[in-house]
Formats: sequence, structure tokens, C-alpha cells
Amino acid sequence: MSVSCTSCHANFEPNLRTRSGDELTEFHQGLHFDHGGMTCVSCHHADNYNALRTADGSQLAYENVQHMCAQCHAPEARDFERGAHGGMTGYWDRSRGPQHRKSCIDCHDPHSPAFPHMKPMFKPFDRFLSPPHD
Amino acid sequence: MSDESRDKTFSLPVLGQMNRRTAMKGVGATLGLAAFGAAISPLANFREQTSIDEFLQKHFKEMTDEDKRAVFARIEKETKEKYGADVTVRDHRPIPGVRFAYAINLSLCNGNGNCVEACHRENNHDRDTNQSYIRVFEMPKGTTDTEHGTTQYDHTVPQEGKYYLPVQCFQCDDPPCVDVCPVEATWQEEDGIVVVDYNWCIGCRYCQAACPYHARRFNWKQPNVPAEEVNPDQGYMSNRIRPAGVVEKCHFCMHRTREGRQPACLEACPTGARIFGNMLDPDSDISWVLRNKRCFVLKEDLGTVPTLFYFFD
Repeated sequence: MSVSCTSCHANFEPNLRTRSGDELTEFHQGLHFDHGGMTCVSCHHADNYNALRTADGSQLAYENVQHMCAQCHAPEARDFERGAHGGMTGYWDRSRGPQHRKSCIDCHDPHSPAFPHMKPMFKPFDRFLSPPHD
Repeated sequence: MSDESRDKTFSLPVLGQMNRRTAMKGVGATLGLAAFGAAISPLANFREQTSIDEFLQKHFKEMTDEDKRAVFARIEKETKEKYGADVTVRDHRPIPGVRFAYAINLSLCNGNGNCVEACHRENNHDRDTNQSYIRVFEMPKGTTDTEHGTTQYDHTVPQEGKYYLPVQCFQCDDPPCVDVCPVEATWQEEDGIVVVDYNWCIGCRYCQAACPYHARRFNWKQPNVPAEEVNPDQGYMSNRIRPAGVVEKCHFCMHRTREGRQPACLEACPTGARIFGNMLDPDSDISWVLRNKRCFVLKEDLGTVPTLFYFFD
């Protein structure tokens, strides 16, 4: 669904106390929240739901979300700036080609940011431990 | 000499005439011939597997540009014949002023193994054995001794009390594998990558025995790669399909990194645990990591001086 946030939120009075989608009766009910003791409007701007809200109350565009996260996660933000946190593709030598950095929310769900558990999908066959093959 | 002894001396292993000793001689000779035949049988197949051009090929360092063009064209042709794939084989030379280093953040690595698969596909590894240059150990916290780890875990990761240690070639600055090669088929280049000339390797596997990290692999058979899965962007000493009977190893994705691109394992890592770059450039990501993280290497006491580092943060 790609509808502008304000298309609904312009007609709703923001409830500043809401902490999770579970508390809502319409929309966003399935939104599981597990990210510190914050409310929706800690990060979403109550005056303009098309923008994020930084700690000083100013608006921040969604595509610059890393500045939002950096307010609390300083060591990760520092490492991110230095290419030492978050994956990337492209060129290590930026004079030869572009580098595509992942943003915070490419890997972390902002509402539940703990990195998920994964299933290892690929293993070389061990000649002594795996089932025999030719 | 009596008649009896003359008979014994000159008796032939003919049925009805022989005693036990001569019978055993005959059996021995037959077995010996069979064993000799089996031993030299690879020579009978020699012509099929190795062309005269390949047999007469010079050592890589002695090849002129003209020689190289001919060799690469021959390999492209042979790959088309054997695998049905159109590939380009090139010679990627070190970039002047570049010395590669790699770092892996073990606090982020969760052992999911995407790097292992990316290596498998990028480097045209044998599909039958799931071969890869990377193996990931699940390790109990508190030790870096891989004797205590396992590569065969198949539960969800990460597990409590474990950390995950990806091991591949460390591109040592003092590589023991190079020291032991009797034919100089492997050497270290200016950017630190330890390369193998697969056509010069005789498959003695001394290097495999010398490597304290088990980073080298031996091709027990001709790799099986379906035509549609062959990576056509190939390098002579990197990811071209290797012949049977030679040793290979991680080459830091030379065919990518010497063009300024990131290695395949780095791009595949979903945790962002891998950092690669030029350690001679003080502004590079990898230089910052080496200066600011508490990096360590595996089996430092052996004096191999690896250029792949680990850190926790």
C-alpha cells in the first residue's frame, strides 16, 4: 500500500501516548513494536506524518533516517560513517565506480530492530562427515 | 651341475611343470604388470586432458603479452567445449599503490553462510561438492582454537554462547604455502594476494599441508558447473574453472578487486560484517578499522602475518 501518511493522519488527532500498534483499533494493529520505551510520535512527527521527528522537534525526511537513528546509536553511526557498519555493494575504490551503502532500515526493522535469527542455507560437503557423494 | 638343478634353474612358468616358487614369480610378475599399467594409465588419458599447447606453456611470469593472449584464448575455447559457456579470461594485474586488507567483525557475523555460497557461485566452484573458499566455524565463546569449533551446524543462528568465525585464505605476508611449493606455481603479488598458476601446479599438495589455516583446496575431479551457472567474467589466476588435480585458494576475488570492486563475499554478507580495501590509503574504510578496532589475526604466533583481520566491537 503506497498512500501518503497524511492522507489519513491529517484527519486524526494524534494520540501522543500510543506506544504500539497493538493499542490501536483501526490500522497498524499488526505493527509489533520492540524498540525501547518510546511512543509513535517519538520518531514520527505529529505535525507532519510524512516526516520523521528528531529529538529537537525538527522534521527529517524519511530517506535520511540514519540521522534519526544516530541520535541514540552513536557508535553504530560513527562506524556507519566510516564504512565499518552496514553492508554495501559496488566499489571499494570510489574513484573507479559507485558504492551503494545500505541504510539502517535495510537491515533493521525500525519498529523491532534486533537482527533476526537466520537459518544457514549453504554448506560445502565435508568429505568425512556428510553423506557420500561421487 | 646336476640335471635336477639345471631343470630348476631354467624351468619356465608353464602349467604342469612349475613348482611353488616359480608360480609365485609368475603371479608377482602379472600383478606387477597390472599395477604398472594402472600407474601409467593417466598417461594414456594425457592427450585428452592436456593439449600440447598447454603442456608446452611457459610459467606465467615468463609469458609475454602475446603468449598470454594465446593461452587465454585457448582456455576460453576449452571452456566452451567442455562446459558450453562463453567466457572471457583476463589477466588482472595489481593496482600500483594498493595493498589489500580484509577485516571481519565477529560481533556482527552470525554464521548464516551467505558468503560461502557467494564464493561458490562467483568462483565457479564444483556444484557436486558445494566447494567454497570460505568455511564458517561455530565457536564456543572464549577460544579461537578451531579444534573446539564446528562447520557442520545446521540450526538457526546465532546460538547463545557461540560466535561465528569465517575462515578463508589470509593472504599471509609470509606465506608458508609459497615457501614449500617445489615448482613455484604459487607466489605473492605486490598487492598482497597469494596467487596460483593452475596450469603450472603439479598437484603435489605440499602447500595444503603447509597452510596452518586449511585455506587451500584440491580439485579431486573436474569441477561440474552447469553452463547457465558459469560466471563468464574470469581471471587466469582467479575464478576460471580449474583443471582436475590442482590446488586452488581464495584470491580476494582478484578479478573484481583489482578493478576496484568489492569481493563477492562482502557484497553477499547480510550483516555487514566484512570490510575490505586498500590499507596503504590512510582514508580508506579498512585503514580506519585497522586503526580504531582491536584487530587480531588467527594463529599470530606462527608468524605468517595474515592480512585478513578479525575484531569484536
